[in-house]
Amino acid sequence: MIRYYTEDHEWIEVENDEATVGITDYAQGQLGDVVFVETPAAETILAKGDDAAVVESVKAASDVYAPVSGEVTDGNEALVDDPALVNNDPEGEGWFFKMKLTDTSELTALMDEDGYKEFIADL
Amino acid sequence: MSDADLKLYLDQWHQDLDGRMVSFAGYSMPVQYEGVMAEHIWTRENAGLFDVSHMGQLIFSSDDSSIDIGVELEKLLPANIIKLGVNRLRYSMLLAEGGGILDDLMVTRREHDFYMVVNGAVKHEDMAYIRENLNDAITLNYMEDHSLLALQGPKAGYVMKQLIPTTDDLFFMQAGSYDWNGVKLWISRSGYTGEDGFEISVHNDDVHKLADALIQYEEVKPIGLGARDSLRLEAGLPLYGHDLTSETMPFSANLAFAVPKRRREEAGFIGDVHILKQFADGPETLRVGIAVEGRQPVREGAIIVDDNDKQIGIITSGGFAPTLQRPIAMGYVPMALSQEGTDIIIQQRGKNIAAKVTAMPFVPNGYRRPPKAA
Repeated sequence: MIRYYTEDHEWIEVENDEATVGITDYAQGQLGDVVFVETPAAETILAKGDDAAVVESVKAASDVYAPVSGEVTDGNEALVDDPALVNNDPEGEGWFFKMKLTDTSELTALMDEDGYKEFIADL
Repeated sequence: MSDADLKLYLDQWHQDLDGRMVSFAGYSMPVQYEGVMAEHIWTRENAGLFDVSHMGQLIFSSDDSSIDIGVELEKLLPANIIKLGVNRLRYSMLLAEGGGILDDLMVTRREHDFYMVVNGAVKHEDMAYIRENLNDAITLNYMEDHSLLALQGPKAGYVMKQLIPTTDDLFFMQAGSYDWNGVKLWISRSGYTGEDGFEISVHNDDVHKLADALIQYEEVKPIGLGARDSLRLEAGLPLYGHDLTSETMPFSANLAFAVPKRRREEAGFIGDVHILKQFADGPETLRVGIAVEGRQPVREGAIIVDDNDKQIGIITSGGFAPTLQRPIAMGYVPMALSQEGTDIIIQQRGKNIAAKVTAMPFVPNGYRRPPKAA
């Protein structure tokens, strides 16, 4: 399994052509207390950059974009009842959705963990 | 944050407490320290310390003893100022000729002058407008050398009493001058959270010392603008620039209480013709509280629609209520839909969300009111 990161502060963990997507610890820290998450339904077709999910903190709403293209296979139901999972375990139990990738070559445009660490250090 | 932002006197103090600074009303201000939710709940249960020094503190005074400042202020404000007792404060509004609200404010009669607090974002426009419309014999002073702190929450009274025992005599909407170890403080029992609490005007040279003294109490934590907004929303209090604008008139804004009977009968304030006409005709829309179904917050700018998806109203403030653990909002609806319990539909990003008009405040006030006379 390899984990990639986007400049929109999402992580995507890939095994073959299957991926899990969430937002980074940095992102949840910036958002603050998450009070609502809307994840995409299974079978939703997403092109890279599409609005995929909505995450709302006490103060503001943010969109989560599809980091790469694919078909959603599962949305994290646990976030409906416990949106704070995004704050407490953003890169684990707080995942947003799983997808089947259409074009794994899109992954090459993303950052690896070290690249992302450098990216946020400069923010 | 932009480089042009002014710094609060407590700028470094906020940063030392891990305050996350954002640009607001031309100042770099702390939006949160440990987190909006925790700070909100702390204020509802204990006491929160807010730095609101971006707000405009104004003094109205006159050397001319024949000038009655209260009478002159009534030409600007629709409030009952001439009957306002010494060291009593009142909510009022600055109105345009057409009756729109230019700002909302608190005004206090003091022994020798009047003290006013206006919103930070519009304070310079306010001052210019006031000066233009005020009797030249009255001096308007902008207290740029003073900071403003707010201590809010059910334990604020206890903390203040430890610091200055005589503040225990203050009730809601009363104020006075106090000496704290040689430091002069102007303290009002008022605030913007719905809780008991105080607003403390203090010279910039002393604000650091005062903030340190307050934060020493285990009941007190620093609270940022984020929680200030969610607290005032739960308290049903409008925010200027959002729930009130120059397009809004007092009756539509559900602020009829701020234009009392005598002023409606006698008029004689800027905007009176239009405002009294709206009072006679009844406003077309009304600011109401809204309970939103489900868990997704609706935000400012979301629209209220009828059964045919036609816009009939607008959300002016909305968010998640930490005390209630559900989304709440404020907005304008047609009078016919302003009754408590009326079902409405909110449209946000193309999605319809069910909601109900509801009473405000959303969370009961904790004001320390004077005991009722027997």
